[in-house]
Amino acid sequence: MADSILSALGALFEGVRFLFAHGGPNVIMIAVACVMLWLAISKGVEPLLLLPIAFGCLLVNLPLSEVMGAGGILRTLYDFGIANELYPLLIFVGIGSMTDFSPLLSNPRLLLFGAAGQLGIFITLLLALALGFSKEEAVSVAAIGACDGPTVIFVSNMFAGMNKIPTAMVGALAVAAYSYMALVPVIQPPIMRLLTTRKEREVKMPSPKGKVSRAALIAFPVVVTAITGIIAPQGLPLMGMIMLGNFMKVSGVVPRLANASENEIANIATLFLGLAIGGTMSGSQFLTRETLMVFGLGLVAITIDTVGGILLGKIWYLLSGGKVNPLVGAAGISAYPMAARLVQHEGQRWNKHNYLLMHAMGANTGGQIGSVMAAAIMLSLLKGLGVI
Amino acid sequence: MNNLTFGITMLVVGMGGTLATLFLLTLIIGALVAFFPVRPTGKEDK
Repeated sequence: MADSILSALGALFEGVRFLFAHGGPNVIMIAVACVMLWLAISKGVEPLLLLPIAFGCLLVNLPLSEVMGAGGILRTLYDFGIANELYPLLIFVGIGSMTDFSPLLSNPRLLLFGAAGQLGIFITLLLALALGFSKEEAVSVAAIGACDGPTVIFVSNMFAGMNKIPTAMVGALAVAAYSYMALVPVIQPPIMRLLTTRKEREVKMPSPKGKVSRAALIAFPVVVTAITGIIAPQGLPLMGMIMLGNFMKVSGVVPRLANASENEIANIATLFLGLAIGGTMSGSQFLTRETLMVFGLGLVAITIDTVGGILLGKIWYLLSGGKVNPLVGAAGISAYPMAARLVQHEGQRWNKHNYLLMHAMGANTGGQIGSVMAAAIMLSLLKGLGVI
Repeated sequence: MNNLTFGITMLVVGMGGTLATLFLLTLIIGALVAFFPVRPTGKEDK
């Protein structure tokens, strides 16, 4: 009888025993989860995603946790929507519904900032290869430069599904991508000030000309989907979903679907995606040298994105005879609308009568299209080169 | 294909392709906006 009670008690403390015997990595990851929870709650760092990711991380790292084992809740969520890339694509439909492309349509040239803002992707790809990452790993790390969580998850998970990169790397990439997106207001301003003169920062830009017709707004997502789909078919799910969301919004005939995409569907997908990504952050697989390098390269990627956008802004400033404020180039990344607001704030800091917001919004939506396009082109090139 | 060749190819064709595609889109969007101009909504006051 006593033996039976003792062994039953022993079973209750199995987790504690595991923690002391092999739980070092788990304890570190639980601490990481707590830091992420604190950042999400106290500092407002991307709470919509960081909170479920952190909680998923906490759940998977508790001793003897089986949430990512066969039939476990996080494994089920992962298989249901990450393994087949469903969640990032559903979130993209929501992003499309939330995005207003009219500032871009009123000045289409701003789209070029969205191209320059992807420079970090390709430079980071080279750096990652030089650091010894495999081709697929390097492309996944470089995707952080897209400044766009769902794109990073879509690309990296495609390779994880082919067993070309470790599943734990998807979690590291997602956390890095969302962390750096949240840190855009910290990362960008010093680069903006470093690369521009006071005279350039003070340039006032006139308000964008005229309105855009509803017909043009409706035709835009269809045309963009068709053109980009023909050029880079591998990225069609990404571009197709973002444009579907926008099409539903601007068509005005399916407000229920547009609202559901923007709210309920995007919220549910975000929750499930966050938890499942957190589930990949098991201490034994997450705490590696590669994870640290992923975070370092992610920072490099976003820094170079900003540099690329501002350099194009400076070229434009020279070509236009000083009529374009180079700060607008910094908004050519996908962090929408944070990057645009930052440009407006920075512009007003140097010239109180400066209103760069609409131009920056145009560049920022251009950055969204640019980031998806860059990812689509990378995937199509990989297929063309026989890597996938 | 070694890593250096792969990386340079991706940089040149990837960045170039992104820039070229978005430049093409700027032209198409410009044409789209010109093709579907804003129509005046109300009648002019007499």
